[in-house]
Amino acid sequence: MKSLILIMVGTALVNNVVLNQFLGICSFLGVSKQMKASASLGGAVIFVITIASAVASLLYTYVLAPLGLDFMKTIVFILVIAALVQIVEMFLKKKAPAVYQALGIFLPLITTNCAVLGVALTNVQNEYNFIESVAAGLGTAVGFTIAIVLLAGIRSRINEADLPAPLRGAPVVLIAAALMSIAFMGFSSLMF
Amino acid sequence: MKACLERLYNGLIKENPTLVLMLGMCPTLAVSTRAMNGIGMGLSTMAVLILSNLVISLLRKVIPNQVRLPAYIVIVASLVTVTELLIEAYLPSVYEALGIYIPLIVVNCIILGRAEAYANKHTPLLSVFDAIGMGLGFTVALTLAGLVREVLGSGTAFGLRVLPESVEPIGIFVQPPGAFLVIALFIVIMNAIGIKTRQRKLVEQVGCDGICGACAMNCERREGGAAE
Repeated sequence: MKSLILIMVGTALVNNVVLNQFLGICSFLGVSKQMKASASLGGAVIFVITIASAVASLLYTYVLAPLGLDFMKTIVFILVIAALVQIVEMFLKKKAPAVYQALGIFLPLITTNCAVLGVALTNVQNEYNFIESVAAGLGTAVGFTIAIVLLAGIRSRINEADLPAPLRGAPVVLIAAALMSIAFMGFSSLMF
Repeated sequence: MKACLERLYNGLIKENPTLVLMLGMCPTLAVSTRAMNGIGMGLSTMAVLILSNLVISLLRKVIPNQVRLPAYIVIVASLVTVTELLIEAYLPSVYEALGIYIPLIVVNCIILGRAEAYANKHTPLLSVFDAIGMGLGFTVALTLAGLVREVLGSGTAFGLRVLPESVEPIGIFVQPPGAFLVIALFIVIMNAIGIKTRQRKLVEQVGCDGICGACAMNCERREGGAAE
């Protein structure tokens, strides 16, 4: 149990997927314009990454590793993730229209979010078992959500500010991300 | 020939993937701790990009339009796996330094973006030159970012000491926050130089609302929407 909590805290805060591992930067910078959209994307990412890391872990342990197809993992994972997102989307549309309304447009975009593939590959690299993989996936996704919602909050303030022209747009967002990253470095003392 | 050179110029400067289009930010931020890493990552990506552009351009009349993205992903993933195995076998030090970011070339927006925006509409020769231009642009930007971070953060350049021992390196530059700061600085400089050109608009878009890889789809959807 203790190791699971350590994995969750480690992936969510200490090795934050965006601010420390630099995965999912594109959506982090692209979608963080509005708080509401960021929160929805965060929800969709939590959903997809948790399921994807569970499926990837099962596939790796019971299919790829026994058959000695270790080197195929990149291809297999990306296809599984792409298919999975499609299935999740269809399922939600049919069974939970309210959730689909909230997450809908973000689901297909997550397919190629590097964080999803990144988590699946890191889990294999760290030799996590099934439960640990799910915990790592959930932790990572929660970390992503925290980061993107915080950045959206900061950006809504930045929009009001009067900045020198060259700083407007991407650069000031990157600087805000740098400051957040410094703040998140403080969490590294949490690892006991 | 002129068209080929134009492609190289386009990739290196006019539409530099990192600094102007802001694609492939994940590897840019992650591996630019040292200049050597920048070269390694840049050249690996360029190798995959050249081959994927070539294959996709050759197959552009064969792949049905509806399933083109899955087809591209399979092609790119296969090429990345080949590249990864080759790097692991022949350049173990590069493999160690780049780690998980080599398989993640699959989801690098530059590759799917170029397939979608260029290779599926143009001849193989032009597509290869487009890939070389884009690959060089990516490599140069990565190496520059790596160089700045390495000099400021550890006082060395390509592993050789350039700052005197008495100068204390600013450690934060080789840590994650430094990556964001240095790339922000680069874009500020690009913006300040080209402030009146079309480029500024592109940089402000932040990679076409880019969700890595999906950005190509996004752009197309947006253009389609605008046309309607």
